[in-house]
Amino acid sequence: MSKQRMMPAINLALQEEMKRDNKVILYGEDAGISLLGQTTGLQDNFGRERVRDTPICENIMTGMAVGAAAAGYRPICHLLYGNFIYTGFDSIANQAAKLKYMTAGQVKLPIVYMAVIGGGRSAAAQHSDIPYPALMNLGGVKIVVPSNSRTAKGLLKSAIRDDNPVFYLTAAGGGRPEEVPDDDNYLIPIGKSEVINQGDDVTIISIGPMTLKAVQATKKLNEKGIGVDLIDLLSLVPIDEDTIISSLKKTGRVIIVDEARDTCSAASHISAILSDKAFKYLKSPIKRVTVKDIAIPYSPILESHVIPEVADIVNCIEKLLESN
Amino acid sequence: MMSIKKYVNNLSDEDLKRLYKKMLMIRKCEEHLGEATKNGAFPGAVHLYIGQEAIAVPLCDQLNDSDWISSTHRGHGHFIAKGGDIKKMMAEIYGKSTGICGGKGGSMHVADFKKGIIGANGVVAGGMGLAVGAALASKMDGNGAVSIIFFGDGAANQGVLMEAMNISSLWNLPMIFMCENNQYSEFTHTSEVTSGKIVDRAKPFGIPKYEVDGNNAVDVWQAAYQAVQRGRNDEGPSFIEAHTYRQRGHVEFEYTFLSRNYRDQSEVESWKTNDKDPILRLELYFIEDNKFSRDDIEKIHKEVQDEVNDAVKFAIESPEPDIASAMEHMLEE
Ligand SMILES: Cc1ncc(C[n+]2csc(CCOP(=O)(O)OP(=O)(O)O)c2C)c(N)n1
Ligand SMILES: [Mg+2]
Repeated sequence: MSKQRMMPAINLALQEEMKRDNKVILYGEDAGISLLGQTTGLQDNFGRERVRDTPICENIMTGMAVGAAAAGYRPICHLLYGNFIYTGFDSIANQAAKLKYMTAGQVKLPIVYMAVIGGGRSAAAQHSDIPYPALMNLGGVKIVVPSNSRTAKGLLKSAIRDDNPVFYLTAAGGGRPEEVPDDDNYLIPIGKSEVINQGDDVTIISIGPMTLKAVQATKKLNEKGIGVDLIDLLSLVPIDEDTIISSLKKTGRVIIVDEARDTCSAASHISAILSDKAFKYLKSPIKRVTVKDIAIPYSPILESHVIPEVADIVNCIEKLLESN
Repeated sequence: MMSIKKYVNNLSDEDLKRLYKKMLMIRKCEEHLGEATKNGAFPGAVHLYIGQEAIAVPLCDQLNDSDWISSTHRGHGHFIAKGGDIKKMMAEIYGKSTGICGGKGGSMHVADFKKGIIGANGVVAGGMGLAVGAALASKMDGNGAVSIIFFGDGAANQGVLMEAMNISSLWNLPMIFMCENNQYSEFTHTSEVTSGKIVDRAKPFGIPKYEVDGNNAVDVWQAAYQAVQRGRNDEGPSFIEAHTYRQRGHVEFEYTFLSRNYRDQSEVESWKTNDKDPILRLELYFIEDNKFSRDDIEKIHKEVQDEVNDAVKFAIESPEPDIASAMEHMLEE
């Protein structure tokens, strides 16, 4: 174990997996020098053949991943910010998510598309999006949303070893340093969530960048004598239905904390699953703490109004408990 | 210096003085932002235009409010050159209610549609389609207005450039492709990510091309003149590649997070000399040809600096946006 921040933990996972399997290649804009720190030093260790700086050309980058994967490599396509998933969306939505199906399973597409997502940095509307709702709707791609450095390492390694296109989406900031296992086989299975706090009164399901805030909210609620089952979802496709349903059975109340815009958010989908499969255990309506259907504004005062804060989570739960 | 003298006959001293003042205005705004960001005076990051002023200014000098420009993440210079209000720009970057976008856009989204400024853009080459669409509208209106896409060497590698050139040429649109080749795309040298010469990409589409020294205001003015006239006379698109140099980092503060250097400081310094820096070059010309004295130049500096200081004061003293405004403007009511 050693204490690490998010970006070094991601870097470690990349180093280990590139060492383990020489079919793993990585490319992206400024991948060599690394804008955000995930890929620092990879070019020195694995060379410019396997770690490539691309021009700015997201649509060919996302498409190239499909072709390279079909031809036997395990490409990692580094897209910087989540908003540039949109620039490369055609090859993601029309090719990566569908080629296997259309060709009756002829190809394996072991691809990792990585990007940072979410706001909170006054980066404004074109650098702050949460693009996973659109990706969830494709069906043909997996999506993981690690919340801290440990889960970042374990999930990236699993994503690289998975034989499907996997979106690997982390917060840009990265939070506090956490203990990260040194084990180079430390894997967190895709599709498995983690219960990171146990309690009987309410279930919080938190997604990716929101988990840090959900942890703080849980502490505040505990101090007020409210017991929280806090589930760090970790994977959006597939969703760990068993864990969230069994927590709901225990608490009877669920709130889902999601930085996506509300309409067709991950939260609304999870809410649909729960009401479908565990309706009779619900003591109150399932609540979503999400972003309204607006773009992310630049000014901090506006941005923090729009993006859920710890207090929004706490308030939501207090109201929920009061009303029953 | 030679080429400035060579073309200077076509531009009066008054013209040159006007260009110079605008360029200086951009420079001083950017210098302020570069300093102020160190103290966290405003939220968000800034990409500065310092060193590239001789591109936006001479081109925009020939435009009016009915012409369109669409720009980049490095967009303050374009905004100012096209007549954007520096108070409102400053207030926007400071995230205030009086900003040109009410504090919702910030540095990467300064825009003023009334002035034909479609805006800066956070998506590399994201402004390309917007400029072509505005050119289409001007063409259909038959009003002689032109539309400019400012884009970097890095943006030239986005496929949308090809689509934009093809349709502009096919439909004979009043488009000007203004590529600002500042030699870097973030932290990577253009040569590492670009094949061939960017300006040559116009050729197969039958688009006339001009390659200019982008640090020479007069050269840029001349090339822009050809392109603007062609657009106004319904002769179709033009392509200009202006060679320049990004004197500042890709983004301010970059050395706090980058793991290593990507260019030598001596390279950067070599572009700040009297004969390279676009503003110093004009000053040298003014002095050598006895158009201005050092004192005159000092006076202009002071005038411009006062205006920038006023803008900064306005930004700092302006109120924060009203929280309710966060919920406005997604869709037409
Ligand atoms: C679609 C997209 N991809 C990547 C980025 C990240 N990015 C911002 S600026 C930039 C480099 C742009 O280089 P260039 O076009 O030469 O403009 P310059 O910064 O030199 O003015 C990159 C890669 C982005 N903003 N948008
Ligand atoms: Mg550039």
